[in-house]
Amino acid sequence: MNKIANREVINNVLVRAAATNKDIIVLASDSRGSAKLGPFADTYPDQFVEVGIAEQNIVGVAAGLAASGKVAFAVSPACFLSMRSVEQIKVDAAYSNTNVKLIGISGGVSYGALGMSHHSVQDIAVMRAIPNLTVVIPADRFETEKMVEALLLEKGPVYARVGRNPVEDVYDSLDYEFELGKAVTLHEGNDCTIIACGETVRIALDAALLLEKEGVQARVLNMHTLKPLDQQAIKAAAKETKAIITIEEHSIYGGLGGAVAEVTAQNNPVVMKVMGIADEPAIPGTSREVFDYYGLSAEGIKAAALKLI
Amino acid sequence: MDIKQLEVKARKIRRDIIQLIYDAKTGHTGGALSSTDIMTALYYGVMNVDPQKPEMKNRDRFILSKGHSVEPLWCILADQGFIKSDELKTFSQFGTRLIGHPNNKVAGIEMNTGSLGHGLSVASGMALAAKKDQASYRTFVLMGDGEQAEGSVWEGALFAAHYKLDNLVAIVDRNKLQISGLTEDVMGLEPFLDKWQAFGWAVVEVDGNNMEALIKAFAKEHKVEGKPKLIIANTTKGKGVSFIENQPAWHHKVPTEDQYNQAMKELGLVKGGKGHE
Repeated sequence: MNKIANREVINNVLVRAAATNKDIIVLASDSRGSAKLGPFADTYPDQFVEVGIAEQNIVGVAAGLAASGKVAFAVSPACFLSMRSVEQIKVDAAYSNTNVKLIGISGGVSYGALGMSHHSVQDIAVMRAIPNLTVVIPADRFETEKMVEALLLEKGPVYARVGRNPVEDVYDSLDYEFELGKAVTLHEGNDCTIIACGETVRIALDAALLLEKEGVQARVLNMHTLKPLDQQAIKAAAKETKAIITIEEHSIYGGLGGAVAEVTAQNNPVVMKVMGIADEPAIPGTSREVFDYYGLSAEGIKAAALKLI
Repeated sequence: MDIKQLEVKARKIRRDIIQLIYDAKTGHTGGALSSTDIMTALYYGVMNVDPQKPEMKNRDRFILSKGHSVEPLWCILADQGFIKSDELKTFSQFGTRLIGHPNNKVAGIEMNTGSLGHGLSVASGMALAAKKDQASYRTFVLMGDGEQAEGSVWEGALFAAHYKLDNLVAIVDRNKLQISGLTEDVMGLEPFLDKWQAFGWAVVEVDGNNMEALIKAFAKEHKVEGKPKLIIANTTKGKGVSFIENQPAWHHKVPTEDQYNQAMKELGLVKGGKGHE
C-alpha cells in the first residue's frame, strides 16, 4: 500500500519546481501542517505566504500576486476554500482570469468523523458552474505529480482537490499520457462504462476486474478533469457501451454524475447510475467506512452494473 | 499638473460622467461624483501609468474596490487615451466592454470588481508581489464606506499590516451615505479612524474633495515605514451638482433633461457652445 498522500506529492513537486521558478508563491491559511507544506515553507520562506485563517483573503491575495506575474498556489482545506471563498474564486480568480491555483486539500469525506462542516462534497458542483475555471481531481500520487506539473504550465485559474490520506495506486509509474481535459481509459470494454475521478478511480478499476470474472467487460474512464470535460470520451462511451455508471466522492447532485448526464442526455441518451454521497450530512467515519456505507465500493459498482445491463 | 489644473480636470471628468450616465440612462451617480476628485488626483497627479504601455511592469496599480463607481474611471481612461472616447457611448449597452463595473478586458483595468470587500486583498497581493520583486511601484485601492461592513475588508487589513505593506495605499470614499441611508444608521463605522489605526495602519483623514489635500496625502514622502496607509477621504456624495449632493436617492439615479442641463451648467459648461471654464 502506498504511504505517500497526494498533498505531500504536491509539496514535493512545488519544492522541486521552486528551485528554478522564483515566481511560484505558495499560500496557506494556517494550513501548512495539514497541507504538508512544511518542507516548502522551510526551503523557500520567501516564496511562502501565510495568511492565517482567512480563506477569502487567501484567494484575493493569491489573485493579486498572480496579476503581478506570480504563479500563486493557494492551499487550504477544500471544505473551506471551495465554500467560504467561492465569491473570490468566481470574481478574483475566474472572472479576472488570474493565474491562481486553488488546491483544496483533505477534500471529500477525508475528515469523515468531523462532520458536514469539514466535508467538501459540493465543491465540484459549485466550481464547475464557474466559467473559466478548470477543475481537477487526480486519482493517485502519480497523477497528482503529473497534475501539478501541468498546472505549472497552464496559465489560468484552476481548482484542484486531493484527499487527506494516501490512496492506493492506480498507476504504477509516471509513464502515461496526462493531459488536462482528457480522460484516461484504464480498462477497455464495451458492455458498460464506469467513469470515476479521484479516489474512486481505484475502486472503479477493481470493479472492472470483478465484473470481468462475471464475463462483463467494463470500460473504465478516469475523468481527472471535471472541467473542461472530455465530452468525446463520454459520447463514445454512451454510444459504444450499454450503460454508464459514475462514481465520485461528492454529492450525487451536480458533480461528475451530473456533468456526464448533461452530455449523455443531450447527445446519446443512455441508462446511467450516479454513485456518490447521498443528499444528507454524510455519516461520520473513516473515508473507507463512509464510502462503504454509501456503496462506493467495487462490490457496489458491480451490483449496479449487473442491474443496468 | 498643478492643483488648479487638476481641479479643472476633475470638473471636466464630472461633466463626462453626467454625459455618460445621461446617455446610457443608468449609473451610480452619487458615488461616482464623490470619488471623482480621488481618481482624478491619482490618474493625473500621482500614479505612474502610460496609456501607450498599459502593462508596463513598474506601473502603479489601481483597484477600484467600490466597483460601482466605475463612471469616473471610464471617463478618465477615455480622457487619457487608454480607450477611445467614442467607446464611452457604449457604456452599459448590449455587448459593451464598458459595463457598470471595472472590466479587465479593457486596457488600464487591473482587476474585475463589483462584489464589495474584494479589492483590499487583491491590492495587498499586488503590493506583496512588488515587495518580493523589489519593485518600486505602489498599489492604490479605493473602497467605499458602506463597503467597510464586509468582513473580508478586515481580513485584508490584518494581512497588509502583518506584511508591512508600506507600498500600499487604501482610500475610503467616506461620503457617509449608502443606498439605504446614512452609513452610521445602516451599520455604524465610528470611531472609524481608530479602527484602522488599531489594525496597524498609518491613517490620515482629509477632505476628499480637496485636490490639494489629496495630492499631499498621496505623496510618497508621507509614507510611514513599515505600515500600509489608509486615507479617509471625507467626501460629499454627489459632489459638484447641488441637487445630487447628499441625496441617498441619487446612489443610482439618472438625471432628467432639465436636471442634465442644470448639472452641466453647475459643472461649468457654457450653454449652446463648446466652451467651458
